Amino acid sequence: MPRFHGQSNHTPMDVVNQLRKQYADYLASLFHEGVLDDQFTQLQKLQDESNPDFTVEVASLFFVDSDKLIDNMAAALERSPVDFKQVDADVHQLKGSSSSIGATRVKNLCITFRSFCEAQSYEGCLICLQQVKNECALLKDKLQNLFSMEQQIVGAGGSVPLMD
Amino acid sequence: MPTSQLHGVSSPKCEVTALVVDDDTVSQMIHHKLLNILGIENDVVVNGKQAVDIHLSGKKFDLILMDRDMPVMNGIEATKKLRDMGIRSTIAGVSSHSSSKEKQEFFEAGLDVYHEKPLSVAKLLSVVSKIKHKA
Repeated sequence: MPRFHGQSNHTPMDVVNQLRKQYADYLASLFHEGVLDDQFTQLQKLQDESNPDFTVEVASLFFVDSDKLIDNMAAALERSPVDFKQVDADVHQLKGSSSSIGATRVKNLCITFRSFCEAQSYEGCLICLQQVKNECALLKDKLQNLFSMEQQIVGAGGSVPLMD
Repeated sequence: MPTSQLHGVSSPKCEVTALVVDDDTVSQMIHHKLLNILGIENDVVVNGKQAVDIHLSGKKFDLILMDRDMPVMNGIEATKKLRDMGIRSTIAGVSSHSSSKEKQEFFEAGLDVYHEKPLSVAKLLSVVSKIKHKA
């Protein structure tokens, strides 16, 4: 939360505007870092009064799915012999859902991961699995920050700015 | 208001119906929402076999959004089966990036149109504009 030095009579509008600016800057940084892409904005645009938590719900679904898929991949990679086709199928699934929510870096990692599956490279797959795990954890963290900032804006009576 | 003005007033809801066939819960939610926004009543099933079964139960749809990769029965088999059953609905294949060979195979199964995931409002509108046969 920002601390206001000096002035003690900020209007509610000042607070909302400050929150909105912080949100916009944070969101822009996520786009700039390649964590999110325009598909995420498309999802935000689908949110309306009939579904005010649409984006949060889709994101939650994604993390439930991705956790399951990652566990499956880890288990498949531990078996002997490794069923690379199964791992590939799970990575393909994760690639699809990550692209659907605009999670660019996760999606791109999946593309690399698939080529290691195709090449049947055990080490390559292990490295990709770890990277995917890290990237999903990072995304979860960032989205949680984003959503809690959204709640603050809405709680203060403002509207959430979208990326242009 | 004179009763003559009330007769013949059609429901403001759009009358196009759709079926979402996809095993990915994220895609299901997004496609369901996209269709709702366009006022299109839609059902969601999780694989090709359920898509076939729902038709066997007598339901029909103007539009079917068919994912390609699904367990039990994939989109290609389901599309073939539905066409064999005489289903003439507009079938839109939806999938993550696939090779031109895979796309061709999907089209040959009986697709009307194909789009890569993720679907957007724009892509969906272009699909809806292609609906020819009312179910």
